Amino acid sequence: MTTKFEVNGKPVSVDVEPRLTLADCLRHELRLTGTHIGCEHGVCGACTVLVDGEAVRSCLILAVQAEGAKITTVEGLSNDADLTPLQKSFRKHHALQCGFCTPGFITTAHALLTEEPDCDADRVREVLSGNICRCTGYIGIVDAVLEARAAYKK
Amino acid sequence: MKNTFIGTPMERREDLRFLRGRGEYVDDVAMPGLLYAVILRSSVAHGRLVSIDASAALRFPGVHSIITRADMPGGPPIIPMRLQPLPEFKPFEQPVIAHDKVRYVGEPIAVILASSVAVAEDALEAIEVEIEELPAVADWQSASANTTVLFEKQGTNRSLVFHSRKGDADAAFANAPYVRREKLRTGRHFGLTMEPRGVMAAWDDAAGKLTIYGAAKVPFFNRRILSAQIGLPVDSIDMIENDVGGGYGARGEFYPEDFLIPFAARHVKRPVKWIEDRRENLMAMNHAREEECDLEVACARDGTILAIRGEVRTDMGAYMRTNGAVGARNVSQFMAGPYRVPHVKIDSSLWMTNKTPVGTYRGPGRFEACFFLERMIDMIAADLGIDRIEFRRKNLVTAAEQPYPIAHVQPTDAKDEYDSGEYSETLERALKEINWSEKAKLQGKLIDGKYHGLGVVCFIEGGAAGPKEMARIEVNPEGKFSVYMGTASVGQGVETVFAQIAADALEVPVDNIDHVYHGSTAYVSDGYGAYHSRSTVMGGSAVLDATNNFMALLRQAAGKRLGCAESNVTLDIDKVTGGGRTMALKDFAGLTAEGAFLNKKHTYSYGAHVCHITVDAKLGRIEIIDYVVVQDVGRAVNPLTLRGQVLGSLVQGLGGAVLEDLKYDENGQFLTGSLADYLLPTATDFPNLRCVVLDDYPSPINPLGAKGAGEGGIIAAGGCMANAVANALSSFGVQPRELPLSPTYIWGLVQAGQRAAAE
Repeated sequence: MTTKFEVNGKPVSVDVEPRLTLADCLRHELRLTGTHIGCEHGVCGACTVLVDGEAVRSCLILAVQAEGAKITTVEGLSNDADLTPLQKSFRKHHALQCGFCTPGFITTAHALLTEEPDCDADRVREVLSGNICRCTGYIGIVDAVLEARAAYKK
Repeated sequence: MKNTFIGTPMERREDLRFLRGRGEYVDDVAMPGLLYAVILRSSVAHGRLVSIDASAALRFPGVHSIITRADMPGGPPIIPMRLQPLPEFKPFEQPVIAHDKVRYVGEPIAVILASSVAVAEDALEAIEVEIEELPAVADWQSASANTTVLFEKQGTNRSLVFHSRKGDADAAFANAPYVRREKLRTGRHFGLTMEPRGVMAAWDDAAGKLTIYGAAKVPFFNRRILSAQIGLPVDSIDMIENDVGGGYGARGEFYPEDFLIPFAARHVKRPVKWIEDRRENLMAMNHAREEECDLEVACARDGTILAIRGEVRTDMGAYMRTNGAVGARNVSQFMAGPYRVPHVKIDSSLWMTNKTPVGTYRGPGRFEACFFLERMIDMIAADLGIDRIEFRRKNLVTAAEQPYPIAHVQPTDAKDEYDSGEYSETLERALKEINWSEKAKLQGKLIDGKYHGLGVVCFIEGGAAGPKEMARIEVNPEGKFSVYMGTASVGQGVETVFAQIAADALEVPVDNIDHVYHGSTAYVSDGYGAYHSRSTVMGGSAVLDATNNFMALLRQAAGKRLGCAESNVTLDIDKVTGGGRTMALKDFAGLTAEGAFLNKKHTYSYGAHVCHITVDAKLGRIEIIDYVVVQDVGRAVNPLTLRGQVLGSLVQGLGGAVLEDLKYDENGQFLTGSLADYLLPTATDFPNLRCVVLDDYPSPINPLGAKGAGEGGIIAAGGCMANAVANALSSFGVQPRELPLSPTYIWGLVQAGQRAAAE
């Protein structure tokens, strides 16, 4: 099926089988390999992308369901020149080790801070509890998200 | 030394790619003409493999071929052990694909190669497999009955018994004024990595060369195994390490797929990629930890430990895998922990069962040993009327006793000794950090419906496994340095750490260490890898040797070109000076020197865990109020990443203490095949954790003074939490003897305690 949507600000058109997940479509059809697949059953959050601004597990929706949507992946939240304030904060607080879960945390945290730049530590933990990190123990991740709030305040 | 990058918290260079989604993990690598592999696995725990009929599956459009035992006429190759490769284990090693029998749910039976993963999965359903079912051996108890044996020729399910000995424990017990005996057990966990395993192999028919992507942890060793199995010289195989999404001991060992995928690529002369899904991962990656012991401790009335004695049984699963014996070995060697125990006698038996085979998981055997002994120490201190802190103080090894000999393990003939440290100092620091003297009054108190408890545990962590590690330093065309390592990265940040060490050694800014390459077989002449908390110590020491060799080479080369004595040549960041003349370092591009560090001894970092928890006795639910780990690591190279190692491993340990358990039913059916069944810690579970890293007692056995430190957080977590639960629920007489401390288990203990009190 031909499906059209927007990824990181660019319109794309893909011809995919109806059963292809959005995660596989992003990774293998569009070669946006920053989105990682960790469980394929919606528990680990590694594949989280933004669909019309909302954090969504791309392993749980089909590519054809993204018709007309605006998708943002970790690549779309990054630039060549420098790390973003959220990324800098992750680096400063050693909020990642192996890096595999990191794109999902970046997208999830970005969606949270965009909506709720005043969230407290409990709220950060609650929202991030949908993403699994096996390396860090989460301490650095929570600290990083809390410090990055300043950059999202209008 | 001009620089002090070692010891300075430094942000990681790896992060720049990971944070932007630019890491390159094995599934991110594409290749033209790729076929996708999916593996049909046994759904039966134990049975004779009668027939495999793939004819219907082969007719599916898009299916290229299906590989089974029939494609390996001489019988499938056997995967040899990497660690403790004893002759006794040989008959229990795993074939790369099921041959005459299947022995666990998840054992590979066929490999389907197709144009996409989805097509391969469709075809998998159409393969007809006939298995004549046999009774399953689902735990060590039924294994020990030997009525059903996994390996008929052996006639027993016991592959080995390790004997750890020191002094004369039996004599010490015969004369002991006090003895306590307990049965304790730990659950089945594993080093689940967030990135599932994956292998991509490409066969170059013209050159006769295999290139394998997705290598991790021990690429040089795995290359030797594959070379022997597949009949190619070592030089015809390149193992490429991509970014690796977590290791924890489990990832990177040689698994059946590490043969099957390269074999498939060569067989069909096309590149082949296999990426594990999570259900497979839970039933195919090495399991670990499931151990039970009957342990006895003999003490003097003043609390001096006189001897320990006991039997441990490990549920090994179906085969002896590459590092499968490590847990059972370590639990016997380290049962005495950081304590002065003059007499030790531990027999550790390895029982084969119809479950996924075991391998190592961070802190193998040490997590279990720490839980076993520390649980007993709290019970014994209470029996003897001695404060449990005082009991530990009295028995911890002192600096004056170092190096302190530990139990000798047979049949591996492993003699070992602790290297340095005043163990009580970490305990005292931990007590101070958590404010124990103030909190002590809360012990067992019921406040707002929850019981408060304190836990305390001391631990020892081994590191720096030999025999050797290699490093190479090279001048690159930009006049900076490239460092090539024989160790591997499993995501722990070694690029940054080795850059710090090399920058200090060469006395250049850390940015002049342009690249740190690691993990691929093409970089250095030999390498060992990332396990046993060894990378920093072994690899870092090899960097120092490579620097010495490099500087000698540079002096020689520059002396000639500058027309001066070698001894007059100096390196000043990117310039080489001598005899009043200066050249740019980049004029020496390509100049390279290898170095090595050889080591037969181990480092032993050590420390203490203390925690303050509450327990809801009605729900069996635990909450951590405060938790502190203090660890002395000899020398901290990067305090920022080290803190990450300690806290990260602590949360893994708390997962094993409270949540994680791989379950089977009595037929050997696997019950925890998703992340909804195998529970991992999330961000809301353990928010209040702290650590203090000390480097007061450098290791005398390596030039850095560093000690391996990747496992200290995990080793003591089970014991500390269990002791805290016992302390909180002391009014019910609760004594946890098992992990994990699930709500059901704790609730059951409370109920039993209440019933006992009522009687």
